[in-house]
Formats: sequence, structure tokens, C-alpha cells
Amino acid sequence: MTEFLSLFSYAFIQRALIVGTLISLCSALLGVSLVLKRYSMIGDGLSHVGFGALAVAAALGLTPLYVAVPVVIIAAMLLLRLNSSSKLKGDSAIAIISTAALAAGVIIVSKSGTNTDLSNYMFGSILSISKADTVLSVILSVIVALLFILFYHKIFAVTFDEDFARATGTRVSLYNTLLAVLTSVTVVIGMRMMGTLLVSSLIIFPPLSAIRLCKTFRSVTVTAALLSAVCFLSGLFISYELSFPTGATIVLTNLFVLILSFIIKKIKDGIKRKSTSSDN
Amino acid sequence: MSLIKCENLKIGYNDKTVLSDLNFEINENDYLYIIGENGSGKSTLIKSILKLQKPLDGKIEYCPNLKANEIGYLPQQSSIQRDFPAGVEEIVLSGSINRMGFRPFYTAKHRKKARHNMELMRIEDIKNESYQSLSGGQQQRVLLARALTASSKALLLDEPVTGLDPIAASDMYSLIETINKEYRIAVIMVSHDINAAFKYATHILHLSSSGVFFGTKDEYRNSEFHKRFYGGGIYD
Repeated sequence: MTEFLSLFSYAFIQRALIVGTLISLCSALLGVSLVLKRYSMIGDGLSHVGFGALAVAAALGLTPLYVAVPVVIIAAMLLLRLNSSSKLKGDSAIAIISTAALAAGVIIVSKSGTNTDLSNYMFGSILSISKADTVLSVILSVIVALLFILFYHKIFAVTFDEDFARATGTRVSLYNTLLAVLTSVTVVIGMRMMGTLLVSSLIIFPPLSAIRLCKTFRSVTVTAALLSAVCFLSGLFISYELSFPTGATIVLTNLFVLILSFIIKKIKDGIKRKSTSSDN
Repeated sequence: MSLIKCENLKIGYNDKTVLSDLNFEINENDYLYIIGENGSGKSTLIKSILKLQKPLDGKIEYCPNLKANEIGYLPQQSSIQRDFPAGVEEIVLSGSINRMGFRPFYTAKHRKKARHNMELMRIEDIKNESYQSLSGGQQQRVLLARALTASSKALLLDEPVTGLDPIAASDMYSLIETINKEYRIAVIMVSHDINAAFKYATHILHLSSSGVFFGTKDEYRNSEFHKRFYGGGIYD
């Protein structure tokens, strides 16, 4: 226990805790809407675009986040536009944009060589996050969380029934764009912690677990955020104790919670069935 | 002036015309039934009126007093995901989104209107239940309460009783009649139920591949159109 508490005296652990918790919260909040809109793979697609952007930033010697955030936002808007024009189906649009960006990134890296920044984002390394990245990540994730809360009711309305919202005079495209921008920002700062390949797990796992456990949109949203934070904290601690890679350990804790939620749901349904059959 | 007026309207999708030369209007307090076989363009017409889809030609005129946030809509039930986690009260309240502007949260006025509509639809006691756990009739009453929360002048209902058992269906009809008569809200309903049309409608719009009829219920009853499709008279 004392060993556990002494962990918190390290500045790099403190930074990881603050940034990681905030990112976990943001991605779970947005994830609920994305999963229900059947956009689960958008996080994965955007992270590959993020990798391409980071390769460009590395080659030009620019700060990674300054390049990646705007590029990924543009990609997300493009994906939404392609999706609504419906000439290309959503999943193939995501596949095209993400693999194209990944290919461009691979070529750039092979020509200009890799650096620490790039490999940090490729595989994630929350424990080595710099002070400057910490400040930027905290500011961005606080903005994302605040905007989510301010637009929560509208996000619910366009997630539950987009046609109804549009038909009754709500500016649906505005809120879809907002969702895309917030997701892009979250994915890019999440890459620093989880790595390009694993960041989408933060968006998908906690909402899926929460959907098994709760009945209303609000309880699902709150539960997803809490589960995400708990999984991050326990994942971080386990990875530190066992010297496992942090991102991968967090994914596995999330998977554990998801399996647990399936089991709890099964048991709950079983009890319900029993009580209704004994009523008759 | 009429609430909604369609002139020489041509509708369809992907440049494929489903219906053309469509002329009809709906006035305050009207109760219009849109009937016709599958594929005759009923839902496409509803979507065009709701501006979810652009007409191919012609125009739909709206009364200047009728803003988009005064039209309520009850979509076909299949358009809502069965497994979506949403509470009854959350859904009914979401009808107020269209008059919130940039205000982030619901006001006491929005909550009062939602509560009133939940009482009217007799879903007040299940307001904390999840939508997916309700019966078909209850689900439709929730969506009707939401449509009512979103509207003050007109309601568009796309097959509101399809899939309901006869008791739930007649309950739904009488609730819609209350909305039309007591709350003085114009109703446009897509339906297959010609008996209900004769019972409740003021006007009937019959769409078919061989032509279109628009007129009052009595005009329709005596029309060649009705005789051709239903043999005439047998449903009186």
C-alpha cells in the first residue's frame, strides 16, 4: 500500500494520472453516441489519419499535436460528408481515408526516418508525456468535456433519432460536426496515451459495457465515463507493477470489464425471467 | 391561408419519379389521411413535407406562421433502433430541442410541456422506464408525446398503428383525435386503414400509380376513385 501511495509522488505519474483520467472520461462520453450511431470504427480510422499527420509533423520538425489536431478534424468532417452523401457507405469511406493516410505516413517515415515523438504516438507512452503535452492535453480535454455537457441534450436528440430532429427544425449537421470535431481532438490526444492502434478501444469498450448495465441514455453516459476512468487507473497501476505496456494493459482491463458486464446482464435477465414466470 | 400547400409537386428519389402533378392543401384543424398501396409514395411525400428530401419539381408552400419547429413527426417505428438505451422522459423531453436555441439545458417550461404530454398519453407512471422494455402501444404513445412536445400546429404521422394490436390501435386513434379536436393541431397521417379514414378524417389523399385523388371524406366516398379501389360503399 505504501508502495502504491509512493507512486503518486513522482511528477511523471501525476501527469499521467491527470491526462489519462481526462482522456478516458472524454472518449467514453463521446463513445456512447458514436457506438449508438454505429460509428464505432470512426475512432480507429481517425487514429490512422493521425499517424499520417504525425509523420508529416516529424518530417518537418513541427510539434506533433499542432499538426495532427487540425488534420484529423478535417478528415472527420470529410468522413461525415461522405457518409451523408451516401454514394460511399460509411465503413468503406473510413477504410479508404484511414489506409490512404496510413500509407502516406509509412512512405514519409521510411524517407525521413523515425523519431521519439513518432514512436511515442505509434505505441503510446503516457508515462513519458512532457509538461507541454500535458498542459495542451488537459486544456483540450477540459474543453471537450465542457462542450459535451453543454450540448448533451442535443447530442442525445440527434443520436436517438436524427430524422426526427432534422424534421422538427434542429440543425442536425451542426451537432454532427461538433461530435466529429470533439472526437478528432480526443482521438489525437488519446494516441499519446494508448498508441495509434489502440486508441479506439477507449471509445468503444466503456460505452459497450455501460449499455449492458444501464437503461437510460444519461445513466449509460455517466456509467461509461466512470468505468473508463476506473479501467484507466487500474490498467495504469497493473502495467506499472508488472512492467507491461500501459496502453495494451488498459485495453485488457476494459475487456475484462466488458466481459463482466455481459455476465451481469445475463444474470439480471435470468432473474427477471424467473420472477416473471413465477408471477404467472 | 392554408398551413401547407403543394403545387404541381413531383417527388421521388435518385431522379426516379414516384409521383407527379400532386396538388393538395391542408388547413388548420384538418385531419388528412394519406392512403395508397405500398410504393405509391406515401412516405416519400411525408419526407418531402418535412424537408428531409427535396422535391424533384413543383413546390411546397408553408404558411408564414408555420415554422419547422411547430411541426411534429412520428416516424415509422422501424426507423428507431430497438436496443437504444433511452428513458421515456428523456425521449419526450427531446421534443423540445427545436426551441432551445443555444440554451444548453431544458427550462421549467419545457419540462412542464413534456409532463403534460406524458399525462395526456398516460405514460407518466412509466417515465423512468427504458423505451426498449415497453410494449408496442406504449412505445408509440411515447413517440406521439415527443411529437406533440415538438409541435404546436401540425403533426405528421407515418403509419402510427402498424404492428399494434386492435386495442392499442383504437387507443392510438382516439388519442390522435383528441390532439386534433381539443388541441386544434392539424394531423396528416399515412395509413392503410380505410375504415379509420372514414371515421376520423376530414380530407383524404389517395395516391396510386394510376392517379391521385384529393378531396373531403364525403367527396371521396362518392368518387369513382373510391369505387374503383374498394368497390364503393361497403365500408360505410
